[in-house]
Amino acid sequence: MMSDIKVKIKHLYKIFGSNPTAMVNHVKNGISKQELLSQYRHVLGLKDVNINVPARGVQVIMGLSGSGKSTLIRHINRLIEPTDGEIIVDGKNVLKMNINELRDFRRHTLSMVFQKFALLPHYTVMDNVAYGLKVQNIPIEKARQRSQKWIDRVGLSGFEYNYPAQLSGGMQQRVGLARALATDAEILLMDEAFSALDPLIRTDMQDILLDLQEELHKTIIFITHDLDEALRIGDNIAILRDGEVVQQGTPQEIVLHPADDYVNDFIKDINRARVLEVSSVMDDKLIDHGPDIDINMVIEEALPRLSAMTAPKGVVTQDGKAVGSVCLDRMVAAIARPKSTSNSKTIYS
Amino acid sequence: MNFPIDRIDLRELKKGIDFAFRDFSRTYGDAIEAFFDPLMYFMVWLEQLMINAPWQVMVFIFAFLAWLGSRSVLLVLGTVCSFALIYYLRMWEDTMATVAIISVATLTCIGIGIPLGVLMARSNRVQAIVTPILDVMQTIPSFVYLIPVVMLLGIGKVPGLLAVCIYAMPPIVRLTNLGIRLVDKEVLEAAESFGASYRQKLFDVQIPLALPNIFAGVNQTIMMALAMVVIASMIGVKSLGVPVLRAISNQYLALGLMNGLAIVVLAIIFDRVSQKYGQRLQKHRQGGHDV
Ligand SMILES: Nc1ncnc2c1ncn2[C@@H]1O[C@H](COP(=O)(O)OP(=O)(O)OP(=O)(O)O)[C@@H](O)[C@H]1O
Ligand SMILES: [Mg+2]
Repeated sequence: MMSDIKVKIKHLYKIFGSNPTAMVNHVKNGISKQELLSQYRHVLGLKDVNINVPARGVQVIMGLSGSGKSTLIRHINRLIEPTDGEIIVDGKNVLKMNINELRDFRRHTLSMVFQKFALLPHYTVMDNVAYGLKVQNIPIEKARQRSQKWIDRVGLSGFEYNYPAQLSGGMQQRVGLARALATDAEILLMDEAFSALDPLIRTDMQDILLDLQEELHKTIIFITHDLDEALRIGDNIAILRDGEVVQQGTPQEIVLHPADDYVNDFIKDINRARVLEVSSVMDDKLIDHGPDIDINMVIEEALPRLSAMTAPKGVVTQDGKAVGSVCLDRMVAAIARPKSTSNSKTIYS
Repeated sequence: MNFPIDRIDLRELKKGIDFAFRDFSRTYGDAIEAFFDPLMYFMVWLEQLMINAPWQVMVFIFAFLAWLGSRSVLLVLGTVCSFALIYYLRMWEDTMATVAIISVATLTCIGIGIPLGVLMARSNRVQAIVTPILDVMQTIPSFVYLIPVVMLLGIGKVPGLLAVCIYAMPPIVRLTNLGIRLVDKEVLEAAESFGASYRQKLFDVQIPLALPNIFAGVNQTIMMALAMVVIASMIGVKSLGVPVLRAISNQYLALGLMNGLAIVVLAIIFDRVSQKYGQRLQKHRQGGHDV
């Protein structure tokens, strides 16, 4: 169901500076971002990035400020030209498209939501949402008709004729979301779309997005530096550091096996019980007594089942069949915060 | 003292330039004048139209335009009173001639200046070439470029218009360029991400968002054109500048003062109306839920 790859990023390099192509080989030979800057006055944006984004899933890209998240997502619709590498969307090489093909590709295949909303301040909410359709030369009346549905969907009914400056941040980003959805593009690019909102509003927006996703099944590429957000909406997570992917996998894989201290730093403060599933702490030994616990249940939900029955062990089931058992101690141990894998304190730029 | 070029050579050089330009204007002057003839006929036609129309009709038109631009009763009243006073003080013809040339000059400046500003905003190279030219246009004493203009086109409305435009064009070019360059990069990026073409970006995003700046440029252009009117009247442009010049050479204090003040009144009306219009263009930028 999620096996077909929608967006394929292959060996992507991006170097900023006066002569980037000449620098690619230095980078391929392993020069560091700092060395490239001090010796050659070029900035390493991305280094050998490989990501396969499955269709209809949510791919999260995480990393600290300056790690290259915005640079990466802008390659997918070619707002930024790569120095080297390939980007394949729906089997087509984006970098081989000429100007007209690229324009059509941007109009129909993907749309983007921006961190600072990037609404057109001189357009009403209605015309902002209709903007992507207007660009496609759809007559404005028809475009507005189609937009109304999305305005209603994001809960902005009644604000159609307000200007962006009259709305709160959360409402403005709803406009941004509706504008991106209105073109019916299959791919949604979201660059820290909710980062500028305060926590409560941010959770609201995540709910809206998850709701919509349940129904629309878009391929979403979502950038954030907030791990809780990443875990909440991501099916897959890729972690970037200094332009390199240091780890990618499901939230569970990343929490269970952080690749290095950088990743560890990201996950150390999260609520592990909300991420880890019973499957990660069970064993195959079958037992007779105990409450039934589904194998894909997260520990946060499984724990109270055991403690409520004061049972030391539970029966792990998969599709209703017993497949093993799980004990309270292992669950508790799994959700305790792990120690750092090394003592050296790394400083991240 | 020992200059690298001696006096004789220098005189020869200047003479050479003078003769070359004289030959040029003798050969091509008529052709160039013929090229501008339609423009001249238009200017004469407009001026005659405004002078010959009943003055009450003109005052009504001005009041209506002031209302369209500013939506301010006070400004409309001020406009009506000012023009009525100008009529009663018998400065009507010169004032109408002034308004006519200012209008044509402003339209010309907008027609050339905005596209030029757009080009400058699009390309750093164009900007690097045009900026120093604008600097020269703005700072060179106007009498200096009057010389070749008069040599080429003689005395009359077209050379006068040219002189006014050279002086008044730079602000609108500069502010169009600036306004477009200041457009929020993220908004532009958003337009691009939806597949907007260059034209769509220009007309849906860049120009509308640059409009307040462009309008400030139009305002300055009008003001500078008015300031140029007295000098333009030295080369045969009929306007309020003519009586001012006569007043200077004959030491008529009252005549000079009255016509000078008429220019000031025109300037104030143009300025306030165009500024109010510029402010109204930015309404959408303000917050509040009841607009
Ligand atoms: N046009 C540019 N020229 C030179 N360097 C650039 C350019 N754009 C980005 N960079 C550099 O590339 C690196 C990655 O920047 P990017 O904006 O992608 O980071 P980010 O992960 O999105 O950070 P943030 O969380 O702050 O948005 C940074 O070191 C930045 O300085
Ligand atoms: Mg960013």
